Amino acid sequence: MDYTPHTDKDIARALKVIGVDSLAALFADLPEALRSPPIDLPAGLDEVALLAHLRALAAKNCAEGPNFLGGGAQRHFIPAVTAHLAMQSEFVTAYTPYQPEVAQGVLQATFEYQTMMAELTGLPVSNASMYDGASAVAEAALLALRQTGRRKVLVSRGVHPESREVLATYLHAIEAEIATVTLAELTTPVTAVGQDVACLIVQNPNYLGYLEPIAALAETAHAAGALFVAAVEPLSLALLKSPGEVGADIAVGDGQTIGNPLNLGGPSFGFMVVTEALIRQLPGRLVGQTQDVDGQRAFVLTLQAREQHIRRSKAKSNICSNHQLTALMAAVNLAALGPAGLRELATASVARAHQLADALRTAGLAALTDKPFFNEFALPVPLNATVFRRLLAERDIHAGVPVPPEYGLGNAVLLSASELTSDQDIAALVTALREIRARARPLEAAHD
Amino acid sequence: MNIPTDLKYAASHEWARLEGEVVTVGISDFAQDQLGDVVFVELPQVGRRVKAGESVAVVESVKTASDIYAPVSGEITAVNQALLDAPEAINSAPYGEGWLLKIHLSNPAELAHLLDAESYRQVATES
Repeated sequence: MDYTPHTDKDIARALKVIGVDSLAALFADLPEALRSPPIDLPAGLDEVALLAHLRALAAKNCAEGPNFLGGGAQRHFIPAVTAHLAMQSEFVTAYTPYQPEVAQGVLQATFEYQTMMAELTGLPVSNASMYDGASAVAEAALLALRQTGRRKVLVSRGVHPESREVLATYLHAIEAEIATVTLAELTTPVTAVGQDVACLIVQNPNYLGYLEPIAALAETAHAAGALFVAAVEPLSLALLKSPGEVGADIAVGDGQTIGNPLNLGGPSFGFMVVTEALIRQLPGRLVGQTQDVDGQRAFVLTLQAREQHIRRSKAKSNICSNHQLTALMAAVNLAALGPAGLRELATASVARAHQLADALRTAGLAALTDKPFFNEFALPVPLNATVFRRLLAERDIHAGVPVPPEYGLGNAVLLSASELTSDQDIAALVTALREIRARARPLEAAHD
Repeated sequence: MNIPTDLKYAASHEWARLEGEVVTVGISDFAQDQLGDVVFVELPQVGRRVKAGESVAVVESVKTASDIYAPVSGEITAVNQALLDAPEAINSAPYGEGWLLKIHLSNPAELAHLLDAESYRQVATES
């Protein structure tokens, strides 16, 4: 693609058609203050110099070294075929082409994405994706409020703190009430839900990594006439019972772990999958399969009367887009891995996390709960969690997302492992933890 | 265009049939024709109190989704549950099986604000 859309010749031709002599004459009516100021840029570089410059910048990244970071985003293996297919120029576009006449490929890929998410979550209707896991949680709450006509949302503290912040932002705007359920021994207690509650939102595995009594929680929500929203980690669904199997009405989550790299903390996608009873309340784009005039299979956007371009202010949501490319990455990745491959990946990830927990326990470094966890868990540490993480980073080990004070765990961090974690990585972390603990002890003694 | 003379009409294309103190509400033949094939109907809760002109239901066709407004004030006493499975009745029998809901009138004087068949024919023709 040409990054200079208008040549001098193009500009001259356009000016002639408009009937002005110069660009300055064209913009003469604009006040000086509103015109673009000159930008002080260095001179252009030749290709050799540019590559050297970019390589030097890239070398400042610390992508190497053992990585145990989690807390909502994790490093996972992505086969080369995923990016190769998803980055075809037909898919890489600034905006999703939705017109069925010209976009059968994109629409079919999206339909396949929806089909895979429905299979993974055990619920029948997936939309074409959402912005991220946090906004998907908030949209699920809005859906439940619309469906039940109630004004209160119950959310477990085990839901990612950032998701709960976004939820609070959304619900503040419509003056709905949020009540937070505090964890009891690291998981959500199963207690009666009030008759005024629109939905109970629980994350599984929860923010601390532990498995929730999800079926019992769904039951207690339904007993009160409330919907049950399962915020799930999609990779875990390769091994755990699906939201559909445990009675969830809505499954939401962030799709990073099933086909997107960490993107420096950047774009991922959210997903939302619902029961058939909720289909008219579903926010966002939805691709359906139909037949064209010649009786051939064709794909179109469907049930659009939910959406803004038809319902205006009464649309079910103000989301009128999706995260097409990152959702496509997931679809290609799931297809490339297949159900068996995804199970293998998830199993290896769980095995490595448990190997890590065992190694820490053996080394006398951890006071861990016996509660079952997936591929992440909380570890109490003998000093400030942020300092702890920095001390590890100085040893080229990336680990230890600090656990926020609201969990009441004192100084604690999250540790996660994946199929990419090696024996050496675990040994390096154990050694580093021993050193840090040895250094922290005298400090603790000094404070006593 | 079928506009029965025994009914009252709203300019927003609902019809109203008075029986005792209860008004049955639907959409006109003209309205169903303009909407095209109806695929879904959203009906209100029985027992809800509504004011004349308030949105009480949504009729969704393959083309669009339209709000249905209460022609009179009162309490919703019944909704046509059969439409949830067979919304096409609105197209095939807008004044019969395609009825939407019943309202127990709270202010009979409001009936005078509705149009008769002749006035509604003018409204529909000019739409």
